[in-house]
Amino acid sequence: MQPKTLYDKLIDAHTVRRLDDRTGAGSEILLYVDRTVLNEYTSPQAFSGLREAGRTVWSPKDSLAVVDHVNPTAPWRVAAMPDAGGARQVSYFDENCREFGIELLDVLHPLQGIEHVVAPELGFILPGMVIAAGDSHTTTYGALGALGFGIGTSDIEHYLATQTLQYRRVRTMRVTVQGLLPAGVTAKDVVMAVIRQIGASGATGYSVEFAGDGIAALEVEGRMTICNMIVEGGARGVVIAPDEKVFAYLRDKPRVPQGALWDAAVEHWSRLRSDPDAVFDREVHLDAAEIEPLVTWGTSPDQAVPVGGMVPDPTRETDAARRGDMNRALAYMDLTPGMAMESVPIQRAFIGSCTNARLSDLREAAAILRGRRIAEGVRGMVVPGSSSVRRAAEAEGLDRVFTEAGFEWRQSGCSLCLAMNDDVLAPGERCASSTNRNFEGRQGAGGRTHLMSPAMVAAAAVMGHLTDVRRLAKEA
Amino acid sequence: MQPFTTVTGPAAALPAANVDTDVIMPKQFLKGIDRNGLAEGALHGLRFGEDGAPRADFVLNRPEWAGTRFLVVGPNFGCGSSREHAVWGLMQLGIRALIGTTFAGIFGDNAANNGLLLIRLDAADLATLSERALDPANNSLTVDLPGQTVSTGDGHKVTFEIAPLRKDAMVRGLDAIGSTLDHAADIRAFETRYRAEHPWLA
Repeated sequence: MQPKTLYDKLIDAHTVRRLDDRTGAGSEILLYVDRTVLNEYTSPQAFSGLREAGRTVWSPKDSLAVVDHVNPTAPWRVAAMPDAGGARQVSYFDENCREFGIELLDVLHPLQGIEHVVAPELGFILPGMVIAAGDSHTTTYGALGALGFGIGTSDIEHYLATQTLQYRRVRTMRVTVQGLLPAGVTAKDVVMAVIRQIGASGATGYSVEFAGDGIAALEVEGRMTICNMIVEGGARGVVIAPDEKVFAYLRDKPRVPQGALWDAAVEHWSRLRSDPDAVFDREVHLDAAEIEPLVTWGTSPDQAVPVGGMVPDPTRETDAARRGDMNRALAYMDLTPGMAMESVPIQRAFIGSCTNARLSDLREAAAILRGRRIAEGVRGMVVPGSSSVRRAAEAEGLDRVFTEAGFEWRQSGCSLCLAMNDDVLAPGERCASSTNRNFEGRQGAGGRTHLMSPAMVAAAAVMGHLTDVRRLAKEA
Repeated sequence: MQPFTTVTGPAAALPAANVDTDVIMPKQFLKGIDRNGLAEGALHGLRFGEDGAPRADFVLNRPEWAGTRFLVVGPNFGCGSSREHAVWGLMQLGIRALIGTTFAGIFGDNAANNGLLLIRLDAADLATLSERALDPANNSLTVDLPGQTVSTGDGHKVTFEIAPLRKDAMVRGLDAIGSTLDHAADIRAFETRYRAEHPWLA
């Protein structure tokens, strides 16, 4: 039999029927999707569509609804939304979940949080599943050995009504990370390095499999960071072969199978891997030892340099279109070619998002902040990835480390990652951010975003400017 | 879905790379619960100044591009979030097709689900159309989806590829959910077998 990639195995195992005569990448199939996670801002029109057509939800228990995008993150939880639009979305979400029988974690629920943090910590996502959801960062679930990818509202409606999607198979790319990461270099730096290498559309039209001992050495939460953010390289799906670390991560989660079913599941999951001689359409290699802490200088996630580097010079770019994009990015970011990245001052520091707000992320940031204060003139915010993460962090005293350093310790939500709630940058404000997108206006009209790891954000907050976290880690 | 057969109208050039969904539909327009009212939000920061007044120098605000039906765009158009509002807004602005080299994945699926045609060309063909889109006296194009061609007002014609199923669905304006539910018995049968083979999911 022809050797197969893990992507091909998962797609084959979920193919209800073929929709055309083709095979391989580009062929169209009816794809069975195991589960979805819903949020209040991309789902409303899907429910309206069901209602207008008189359709029902195929399998309500396979959907989990979480309020996360529009809710406030002020330290004291309130049910009220900061604006009328958000309030309408949340109340319509509630109405839809009741009518169609879908479990909802609303803003006051003790398990509320960012959908891609909550679903794994509940054990709602299992290896071997195909998960499609109305948020681009659904790729996160690749870290658990599930194929995750984002879909729009029409496809949410399609899924809810049919448990399937009309799916076109994509090509496969393997990203192999060899070796161990140097001290002070994190999973965030790995994925930023990959995106920097392949470009913001380098994985467009591909499903990515991460492999290599550099990935195997990472804990599951770090792998989630990588799978989450590779969508900024265009990946249309992501998966990492599940291993003992994944099974150990899942073992004590509340909704995983128990007893004999667990044993049977693990036996099956252990075989989920690409065949040794499977052929990928593209191979990318990174040497972990060469990865440094990265920061973005521009307005696209691939516009990144090592923190010790300089703002690049567009006049050295030979491609005219790319030169134009660089000039536009530098003008928006108000940076000058040749400036040391470490000389760039910040006014805001944000630790949060589905990329980097899990317990391990907060621990890494807290390790830098312990016994230190954030610089004069910097406003720092920590928005834990979920209410459960928040409680776990408080149980080990991380909240006090953050507040004693001068950070705000807030409630969970998407928050300043996309600024759909009332957490917004003012025009011209510059933010060191543990998030995933540095697009123009992403964190607020005129706001300027520098992407980096949570520990790097903590270090920048202490210094008042971008800085190499390894220097502070040495002094700590 | 709005069917797409043959459409003629002005084309405008938006050549920047990586035009993301935050640019196409900024967050302040994402607070609705229906698909309407998104024309104002489409490319808002490019079309309007901070004071809310139209930017006179932006191509879509110039009289020669009134009624623009096509955008000739830079690579990786539509990258970023899954928000389908980006597609709804462009269509409500009157845009029927985007012509470029590469488009982001989720954006591409959203476009197909709404009848917004994405035409993928190589750089040379794109340059031909881009020249026309920049020329106020000669910016009209005709897109013929059944024939898979784009014609310029001055007699050039380029052909494009599109997956047959996607083309058929767009030409006929098919309801994808309806066509999938024609296979409901297959889905049930698959599900029964799949859950028997994976009892921990049952």
